[in-house]
Amino acid sequence: MGLKLVLTGNYALAYAAKVARVNVVAAYPITPQTSVVEKLAEFIEEGELDAVMIRVESEHSALAACFGAALAGARVFTATSSQGLLYMHEVVHWASRARAPMVMGIVTRTIGPPWNIWPDHTDYMDQRDTGWVMSFAMDNQEAFDLTLQAFKVSEDPRVYLPVMVGIEGFILGHTSMPVEVPEQKLVDEWLGPRRQPYVVDGSEHLAIGNLASPEDTEEFFMDIQNAMEQARKVVVEVEEEYSKITGRPFKGPVECFKCEDAKYVAISMGAWSGDLMESILQLRDEGYSVGLLRIRYYRPFPGDYIFEKANSTKGVVVFDRAVSFGSYGPIFLDTAASFLKHARKTPYIKNVVAGIGGVNITSDDFSRILKRFVHEVESDDVNVFEWYHKGKVVK
Amino acid sequence: MSRPPLPYKARDVVLPGDAACPGCPIPIAWKVLSAVFGDKMILVIPASCSSVVVGMYPGNSLRASVIHVPFASAAAVASGVSEALKKRGITDVQVIAWAGDGGTADIGMASLSGAAERNHDFIYIMYDNEAYMNTGIQRSSSTPRGAWTTTTPVIGKSEEKKDVAKIMIAHGVPYVATASIGYVHDFYNKLVRASKIRGFKFISLHAPCPIGWRFDPRYTVKIARLAVESGLWILYEYYDGKIHLSGPSRPYMDPSKRKPVEEYLKLQGRFRRIDDELLKSIQEYVEKNWEWVKRHM
Repeated sequence: MGLKLVLTGNYALAYAAKVARVNVVAAYPITPQTSVVEKLAEFIEEGELDAVMIRVESEHSALAACFGAALAGARVFTATSSQGLLYMHEVVHWASRARAPMVMGIVTRTIGPPWNIWPDHTDYMDQRDTGWVMSFAMDNQEAFDLTLQAFKVSEDPRVYLPVMVGIEGFILGHTSMPVEVPEQKLVDEWLGPRRQPYVVDGSEHLAIGNLASPEDTEEFFMDIQNAMEQARKVVVEVEEEYSKITGRPFKGPVECFKCEDAKYVAISMGAWSGDLMESILQLRDEGYSVGLLRIRYYRPFPGDYIFEKANSTKGVVVFDRAVSFGSYGPIFLDTAASFLKHARKTPYIKNVVAGIGGVNITSDDFSRILKRFVHEVESDDVNVFEWYHKGKVVK
Repeated sequence: MSRPPLPYKARDVVLPGDAACPGCPIPIAWKVLSAVFGDKMILVIPASCSSVVVGMYPGNSLRASVIHVPFASAAAVASGVSEALKKRGITDVQVIAWAGDGGTADIGMASLSGAAERNHDFIYIMYDNEAYMNTGIQRSSSTPRGAWTTTTPVIGKSEEKKDVAKIMIAHGVPYVATASIGYVHDFYNKLVRASKIRGFKFISLHAPCPIGWRFDPRYTVKIARLAVESGLWILYEYYDGKIHLSGPSRPYMDPSKRKPVEEYLKLQGRFRRIDDELLKSIQEYVEKNWEWVKRHM
């Protein structure tokens, strides 16, 4: 039997790193990530976790130190947020392109200016093209589960890429709920010792990252694209195994909530999906045929699955908590591209950008947006893009 | 320390056919590293000429381990490598952050300072060619006053050279040294001493660059030695709370033994436009540095 603990989302990340028996943690403080690494420092100083804590002088160095330790054969973990994630962005790319398995928690927070510590997905989405496998949790249990699974995904020889796990700052990060933490022995047997494609420890002569021709460089990057394709299978396998040993329900890269028979489907990611689920239950009571596809893995993007589940609906509305200024929300762009892969004619696909800068979106807001979307589709007049702000729609 | 035969195993580790320019000081220094550590070293190299000199994939001109890293991150990556090796109980390999003056004195300063303060167990070597040579001779904070660079193209650099060794001494690390590719035995001895000390070690290695300093490639070592002989570059070690002047620099504590700085300057095109006023300020810089060294001996 494992333990059932009341944990904040941030502590859930720390506990996952602990039971994964990380060897090295390197981190730099930023709100709202701080309590992740404070907890890990406590584990280490109390002797509950046999690891080295490198208290670096910046996020750039946090990931750089993790990178060095990972190459030298250590299982590593770090966590950051917002400006910190942007500051380490260079090394985020470096780690995946060097195929260094590692895990990072992203406790999301918007980007300044203005200074604002509330969550959206802007910082997380800024890492979209870095070659990391990217998951995102809806609650604290999932924050724990995805983080622990991230180590196994990252160290799978078919993948060998770093993995980042997103949780919304404060909403999950600083609120508590019961979290099942599996028994250490069970985790040890399942996760096993660290695996990585190469180790730089002096045992052989390796040069990592030498100058390369355009052709060789392109091949390295094509390998990452292939590894992402492999990761689609691996994340499912890893969750299936995890589900088997822990008894936790299997959800897959996309969770289908009331989507099987739905005529209209919403797509979302993160904590606000809980409010969206509430809204969907409410609307179902009112007779609306609505459902939800909740993204749990953003990279590799589960586009085929989304297409399969949503293609026969009348309309798909994609909620984004980030926007590519001058274009659309990133999840919308991925969704639209995924539909075009399979079909020339698609259902209506609408993008709603909302909750930016930490603006709270309630289940009532979701209900209002969903009802209007149904109306738009029925009257064959859909606004493809909306920025929903304080109850109003800005087209 | 005695003078060992040098470099006794260099060809086994620093292979022929690297991508260095003629007269480049980098392979000279690497041969000294290999004479001390053989193939049991992990070089952490940020963006610099050395990123090129190592060679092109799938080739590798070093029979040792190399990790190429982003510009600002050498000290941080080396921190991670050394901690991971310690955790794994591996003690027979030397971690060396090998960075230029730009990657150290400028963009790498924060990560260097952090690693020094945390006292991680590795050697940080700043090979100081006094400008951004790989990108085409742009000024760094380690460029000396008066030097022409492509970003100080008309009047030369107006500011004094940043003294990174002094900054490292202020960090209270267990070992700081200056060295020169013109004195390989001295450099060798310093590496040996550094390798026996646990914690953070910093070596500032003077490394004349024929391309950037505008001199004939045959003069690399000669110019490195002139810097010492004129008293401009002072070789010392700092440990146990004080400066220990190194053998090659000892005679030049006496100003009358020093060669005129003009001898050093005139061989280099980068100082072509130097006037009497600048010459005077360089002379004052020499005196000031010696005073500082003497005070801390």
